[in-house]
Amino acid sequence: MRFFVAFALTMAPVMAAAQSGVPPAALSDTQLPDPAAEARATALMQTLRCLVCQGQSIADSDADMAGDMRALVRRRIAAGERPEDIRAWLVQRYGDWVTYDPPLNAVTWPLWALPVLLLVIGAFVARGSFRRRGRGA
Amino acid sequence: MIAEFGLAALWLAAALSVLQLALSAFGLTGGRDALMAPVRSVAVVQGALTMLAFAALIALFVRVDLSVALVAANDHSQKPLLYRFAGTWGNHEGSMLLWVAVLGLAGAAVALLERRLPERTLVATLGAQAFIAIGFFAFLLFASNPFARLDPAPAEGLGLNPLLQDPGLAFHPPTLYFGYVGLSVAFSFAVGALVTRDVGPVFARAMRPWVLGAWIFLTLGITAGSYWAYYELGWGGWWFWDPVENASLMPWLAATALLHSVTVLATRDGLRAWTIMLAVVAFSMSMVGTFLVRSGILTSVHAFAVDPTRGGFILALLAIYIGGALALFALRVGTVREGQRFDAVSREGALVANNLLLSAILGVVLIGTLYPLAVEGLTGGKLSVGPPYFNAAAGPLALILVAMMGAGPLVRWRRDDGVAVLKRMALPILIAVVAFAAVWLRAPGIGVLPLLGLTVAAGAAVASVAPLWKRKLWRTPLFTYGMVVAHLGIAVALAGMASEAAFTQETLVAARPGETHRVGPWALRFDGVEPIAGENWTAIEGTLTVRRGDDAGYVMRPQARAFSAPPTETSEAAIRTVLDGQLYVVLGKADEQGRWQLRLWWKPYVTLIWLGGGLVALGGLLSLVGRVLRERRSRLVEQYA
Repeated sequence: MRFFVAFALTMAPVMAAAQSGVPPAALSDTQLPDPAAEARATALMQTLRCLVCQGQSIADSDADMAGDMRALVRRRIAAGERPEDIRAWLVQRYGDWVTYDPPLNAVTWPLWALPVLLLVIGAFVARGSFRRRGRGA
Repeated sequence: MIAEFGLAALWLAAALSVLQLALSAFGLTGGRDALMAPVRSVAVVQGALTMLAFAALIALFVRVDLSVALVAANDHSQKPLLYRFAGTWGNHEGSMLLWVAVLGLAGAAVALLERRLPERTLVATLGAQAFIAIGFFAFLLFASNPFARLDPAPAEGLGLNPLLQDPGLAFHPPTLYFGYVGLSVAFSFAVGALVTRDVGPVFARAMRPWVLGAWIFLTLGITAGSYWAYYELGWGGWWFWDPVENASLMPWLAATALLHSVTVLATRDGLRAWTIMLAVVAFSMSMVGTFLVRSGILTSVHAFAVDPTRGGFILALLAIYIGGALALFALRVGTVREGQRFDAVSREGALVANNLLLSAILGVVLIGTLYPLAVEGLTGGKLSVGPPYFNAAAGPLALILVAMMGAGPLVRWRRDDGVAVLKRMALPILIAVVAFAAVWLRAPGIGVLPLLGLTVAAGAAVASVAPLWKRKLWRTPLFTYGMVVAHLGIAVALAGMASEAAFTQETLVAARPGETHRVGPWALRFDGVEPIAGENWTAIEGTLTVRRGDDAGYVMRPQARAFSAPPTETSEAAIRTVLDGQLYVVLGKADEQGRWQLRLWWKPYVTLIWLGGGLVALGGLLSLVGRVLRERRSRLVEQYA
């Protein structure tokens, strides 16, 4: 009996979501029944910015809008969409601001290139303080 | 009266800092020793006056003097004493006054305690310290006066952000500021040594305790801040790569690098210019952090001030100090004689690798934090740089760094043999391989970074205690224990981070009273909710009986709190700490069907993160005490020889 109640409780929002286009608020704070799908949803939610918050992901915000976005992510994941497609859809709608994982493009490439450059320059500079082997003490 | 007294003390202190700078500048350039004689005393009085001004502000907050604008905007008569007290620095002006007070205290401490530096270098150091202080006094007095009156005084204050109403506020900001501003001493030492062209082992040995002290506070402040965010924000995260967190991490990274390079300078007279550079960079990072947090350029819980004139002011100070120090560095670096060279495979070489990796991580954090601001400033486009970038860019570097940390202390000074080092590393490497295999077999789906994290942590933990192997333990100097404990702490913290990332389990449910839900090995029965009231809040408190296996059961009471001044809702997580982790329970809202939203997390070994941080700070403390004791002993020997 308890199992049935639990099952009904977890499935209810998914079924409700399937019936109406409006996401029921419950899906914002209840997990998907399939652990693998939920894991994909959580991983995605942790890298999406809550647009009305101050430096929080939608995965850890109490704001209503974050809840709606969590529901949206879970609903789309449950419908079989790939996380990257959902991210792309959100970026198209809200801009790059929404994703904590900056896309690699003309504006963002230095973000990845600069650390590598720093390391190379640093290694080159550090080499100067080393004594060459075999030249004596 | 108290407000006027505080303001007068602040003005006097500012005037004394001008005097302090003038005396040391004219004394040094004119070669008139008489001018330099009073510099120490001036620095002490200046520090005392700033502390007095800060004490005055504390008194105003504790007494809730609403005729002072700052108190009226941030205090409330119904607030518990602790938060009236700690609320002094829970706002822009108050926290800047704390900043300046710590700066004054640091200057006074140098004037009173520093006996090792040549007198001229010390005077130059105190002059540099005064130069920094002048800028921040000007900022306080002209752009952020904490003592401004409000007429007429309101009947009640506006109160303090409830998220800040936590014992953490009493501890976290002062600790962090002692670290931030303590680094100003390293900065001033570097400037002083550049002015008098006096960079060498004596200088390094004099600077080391101050860097260590600041670094201990920074470590404690970051660790405490991380735990505070973890339990207070109610989502179980311990690090968000938020710009404000990065602002505290960057000085720590630079100070950690400095701590290691200063050892090379003190022991082997190498890395002279680089150590000076790092001292400048470390305090620059503190100022950049202050700028990021205080200017309101980031909108976040910490950025109380959203006021562009203040931002401009701090930016100007930043340009003057960092630019000035770098210019001095560029002018004088040619006169800093090249230090001793060394083999690549040597303790010095390992420490250079440490510095290189720490600097690269610092670069990643700095670039990632500033990049969105730069892009927005230049193109107007908004983009976010968050955990996916920082983890991917800094994570691998950090893993290599921790692996190097294990090996470093096992390498000899001057020159060593690579094969011999590998032999000494045999046991740690074996342990790491076993850990890798064990984790891989038990948790096949684990991510790459957590898997490697646990592997490296296991190896580094063993390697970090290896320097004690076959030594006479009671004759091993205290600072060697310090290094061992600090390195072990890093390995422990890494294990906690990796475990949290890999093994956390989450259950989100809408629960009716009487239902039982599971997370990890725990069964939690939701018994119901009831309203309760605190000193300045009301709350709905949930009751859950949690069991693991057949144990007797333990009651947890998460709360959803509502504060009246200012009206805000917060959630107080209930946390149950056991040996192998923490159970984290949050009570959310009720829905129309009378079900309560529960968020349950089981986080295996998450406590290791803060235990590790504590060990790192303890290691620093042991090292500091060990250095100071040895110093005192050698001075006594000199006296009686």
